[in-house]
Amino acid sequence: MTTTTPSLTFGPVLFNWKPEAWRDFYFRVADEAPVDTVYIGETICSKRAPFFVTLFDEVRDRLVAAGKTVVFSTLSETVLKIDRNLVESICAMEGAEIEANDASALYYLRGRPHRIGPLFNAYNEETLRALAAKGAHHVCAPVELPGTSLATLCASAREANVTVEAQVFGRQGLALSARCYHARAHGRTKDSCQFVCENDADGLDLTTLEGKPVLAINGIQTMSYDYLNLIAEVPALAAMGVSALRLSPHSCDMVKVAKMFRGVLDGAIEVAEASRTLDGLNLSAPYSNGFFHGKPGYSLQRAAD
Amino acid sequence: MRALPIPLMLVQPILATIGSRVASGRPELFERLGHHAQKCFVIDPIDLPFVLALRPVPEAPKLTAHRRSDLPAHDACIAGSFINLFDMIDGALDGDALFFSRDLRITGDIEAAVALRNALDDLDGSIFDDVGTAFGPFSKPAALAIAGLRSLRGRSRS
Amino acid sequence: MTTTPSTFTRPELICPAGTPAGLRAAIEAGADAVYCGLQNATNARNFPGLNFSVKELTEAVAYANARNAKVLLAINTFPPAGKFDLWKDAIDTAARLGLHAVIVADIGVAAYAARTYPELRVHLSVQAGASSPEAIRYYCEEFGVKRVVLPRILTVTEIADIHRQIPCEIETFIFGNIGMMAEGRCSLTNYITGISTNMDGVCSPAADVRYEETADGTLTTRLGGVMIDRFGCNESAGYPTICKGRYTCAGKSEPYYAFEEPLTLNLSSLLPDLMRAGVTALKIEGRQRSRAYVKAVVSAYRKAVDDIMAGREVALDSLIALTEGSKESQGAFRSKTWR
Repeated sequence: MTTTTPSLTFGPVLFNWKPEAWRDFYFRVADEAPVDTVYIGETICSKRAPFFVTLFDEVRDRLVAAGKTVVFSTLSETVLKIDRNLVESICAMEGAEIEANDASALYYLRGRPHRIGPLFNAYNEETLRALAAKGAHHVCAPVELPGTSLATLCASAREANVTVEAQVFGRQGLALSARCYHARAHGRTKDSCQFVCENDADGLDLTTLEGKPVLAINGIQTMSYDYLNLIAEVPALAAMGVSALRLSPHSCDMVKVAKMFRGVLDGAIEVAEASRTLDGLNLSAPYSNGFFHGKPGYSLQRAAD
Repeated sequence: MRALPIPLMLVQPILATIGSRVASGRPELFERLGHHAQKCFVIDPIDLPFVLALRPVPEAPKLTAHRRSDLPAHDACIAGSFINLFDMIDGALDGDALFFSRDLRITGDIEAAVALRNALDDLDGSIFDDVGTAFGPFSKPAALAIAGLRSLRGRSRS
Repeated sequence: MTTTPSTFTRPELICPAGTPAGLRAAIEAGADAVYCGLQNATNARNFPGLNFSVKELTEAVAYANARNAKVLLAINTFPPAGKFDLWKDAIDTAARLGLHAVIVADIGVAAYAARTYPELRVHLSVQAGASSPEAIRYYCEEFGVKRVVLPRILTVTEIADIHRQIPCEIETFIFGNIGMMAEGRCSLTNYITGISTNMDGVCSPAADVRYEETADGTLTTRLGGVMIDRFGCNESAGYPTICKGRYTCAGKSEPYYAFEEPLTLNLSSLLPDLMRAGVTALKIEGRQRSRAYVKAVVSAYRKAVDDIMAGREVALDSLIALTEGSKESQGAFRSKTWR
């Protein structure tokens, strides 16, 4: 068995950044970030999409010119007519590579090459085979899938000619709802939200009655309070055959984050040194890696040998 | 061990009969309990002067009465009024509903308590009717006592 | 639109059974069909002391058949890679015992069922989270799904709209625990406890739940070290799930229910609308509840459905005592302002 060095990707920006900030982030990624693939698109709320869709061409061209592969990610929860229209229009983009985040995208994409996003449940080898038979060639595993299962998934993916991706950095999407919790926090509803989510570039923290922060909300999505950091697990991920490592964008210095993961992948930076650099990002929340180790997601396990 | 007060001395043989009756008549109870059958449950009817301790080991289940001041070591405690506990075990009241309304208090090993609740709930018909017939010559008074409790429940809820 | 009873198709009443006694109680109370699960991670109510052994399931099917009721097997969790055989066994068991249908969520499980037992009726679980006509059509066309259980996030108007655009039957929840999060897409329990709702079939595992009550009657509920809520001595309590907890956040002066208050879905007043929307089956949640709950809720809804079909006024017995937090809600079904 030959293992190739995994590639590095940026997942879609999950938060409602100002359109200029969103565009500038990708321009900087194009210029400076050592990642191979960049996913763009609104996956959380169709109400946000119009602000970004107009910038798609500009951002894509800049990324492609920088040698990046660009993939468009679809909405994770499709209920309303505007959700459905958004999914349909993304899937209809000519020549574009698409990452499906719900079954309505699969309805349009089956029969042609596409990717499966982490917000669509692909937990096992049978699911992977069924999706591959319909054109899926790349699957990003659900965040909660433990490393042992991820290894099994990778083994069967090779047989099915599918590549597997796993998130390695950033807050983890834990749940979706039809209700917007950002709007609710401000006494509004999804229809009358006035885009209050744009004030929280990394989500809005929720703290228990005892004062312990545990979760972060991002529109209809509930996320981990802490930031996933699998820098110490990169060698293990590469050894089990994970083909791509996903960094989920935040307002922190993501170019620096990418450089650390790139350095470890290339053998140019020691894990310990990269860890120290990531520790120095001054994030508002601690790191965790529990899911990978089959432990509570919020926990931080010591690096595997 | 200190001597029990007179009422508890009277209660103990009745409880022992209930325990052995359920064990022989309803073996499926223990399958549902699984490893929780090795645990000790205190059932605390808060309006009575004593509590019950249940050790539902399949070979020799034990149901004993204790003074509240002299609780045995236990894994889980289920507390509520006697009539609510009676009705829950009798299949007439829902345990979750009693919990929501704060009429049922569960402490300790919640998983064991849930397993016991689910195992008891699978005993359809009435466990008390079963037990009532177990008292030989005393069956009739026992059945009457249970009927009396049920009518009391009916009145207290109306 | 006309409201005469003749425009309704008589809907099936789909009722929960956590134990064989619960199954018998549901059928005696008038269930048209009962859904249940095996004693393992293949179903989403994998709780201690609950569910059916293969022997019990065999007896349950015979009991139900003799009374003209159907038994459905929920195989509605997501097998993690390397453990798929347990889910295969569950599908095999359902086919062998002649269950009326299996309720599945995972694409791999659906594919296995469709490929191995083409005659086996497949229902799409609410855990699959298929909330649009395209998503539902995908499952129907790829895996021969005959019925979809809709997520609890749609209004009645949207349900009617979906009905017109899909080739399969619709089943929708009418009573019970209200899911705040899109079903099948929630890892909150795993995040706090290390036990996964999707892979292990448990939401808020009892082993990680702690209740603490102080002398003044204040009840604190915890899950795996995270405080979920605190109730005053006269305050109704809710399930210790993360999505029903009270939290604080920036810009909010008081703690609040960030997701939803503890309450129970009760759509009794929307029944005629749901029937008019083209719903084939009405589902009652609560396999984890007692047979007392099953008897009360199923009897009440049996009578309500029969009253509607006969053109009588619906007088639903009060079910408030059985509801979480002693509060009822029509959730997302009445209006989209819920969102």
